[in-house]
Amino acid sequence: MEEKHCKSLLGSLSDYVDGTAQEEICRELEQHLSGCEDCRIVVDTLKKTVYLYHSNTDTDLPVDVRERLFKRLNLDDLLTTK
Amino acid sequence: MTGNNDNQEFSLQTLQAGDRAEFARLVDAYSTQIYRLALKMLGDEQDAEDVLQNTFLKALQAIKKFEGRSSLSTWLYRIAVNEALMSLRRQKPTIPVAIDFEDDEDEIQHPTQFTDWCCLPEEELLSAESKGHLDEAIRRLPEKLQVVFLLRDIEGLSIRETSEALGLTETAVKTRLLRARLNLREQLSMYYGERLKEEQA
Repeated sequence: MEEKHCKSLLGSLSDYVDGTAQEEICRELEQHLSGCEDCRIVVDTLKKTVYLYHSNTDTDLPVDVRERLFKRLNLDDLLTTK
Repeated sequence: MTGNNDNQEFSLQTLQAGDRAEFARLVDAYSTQIYRLALKMLGDEQDAEDVLQNTFLKALQAIKKFEGRSSLSTWLYRIAVNEALMSLRRQKPTIPVAIDFEDDEDEIQHPTQFTDWCCLPEEELLSAESKGHLDEAIRRLPEKLQVVFLLRDIEGLSIRETSEALGLTETAVKTRLLRARLNLREQLSMYYGERLKEEQA
């Protein structure tokens, strides 16, 4: 990761992970990754990081929290099941 | 990602005319997301519930003045983020904003962790303990990075919606998102690196 090249590619990583990087940058990056083990690990673990957070959004609104919210808003007469 | 509910149509006119049933529908469409956002920012169920209630109380008061320049959901997120930040300030009034060391807006921290933990099994990566750690890592992010990450990667807003909700340029959102993701990657690499060592021992 000490090469200057690595640093210049760092700025494009979010776009690359999201699949929105320009084709030319993708090509350049992928070519670099094939020869730079540290960068490959950074990209792979960055992708995995984003993936894990996308998979960890399973908070539900507790029923009692919803009830109290409706009461606070004076909407309790409209508190039917969703 | 549950993404957003913008495909659900709400009549702004009806809402602004004070239609309670329409407002109740709006509450049901967005309360889960708002609650989750507050919970991830504050880490406390009671505080998150307060933010949820205050967000919709404010929305109810302000809906008549809403000009529709952003979508309703973006507008709600904007109120919610402000409420959550105020709650954080009340909790930790002594922590100065300077802790963010935010002056180097464009400076992207160079990676320091090079452990490849991708091969860990999914049940380990997303175990209850790991999930707790994922949430903790978000709360350790500097505040400015944290809100961008939550709106974009947890709530699934687009770069543009995130910029509208936070009043930032799209370039600033992109930079902060990258810094947040790299910061989290460092934190997760240390955590999962340990798990990997345990597994290999």
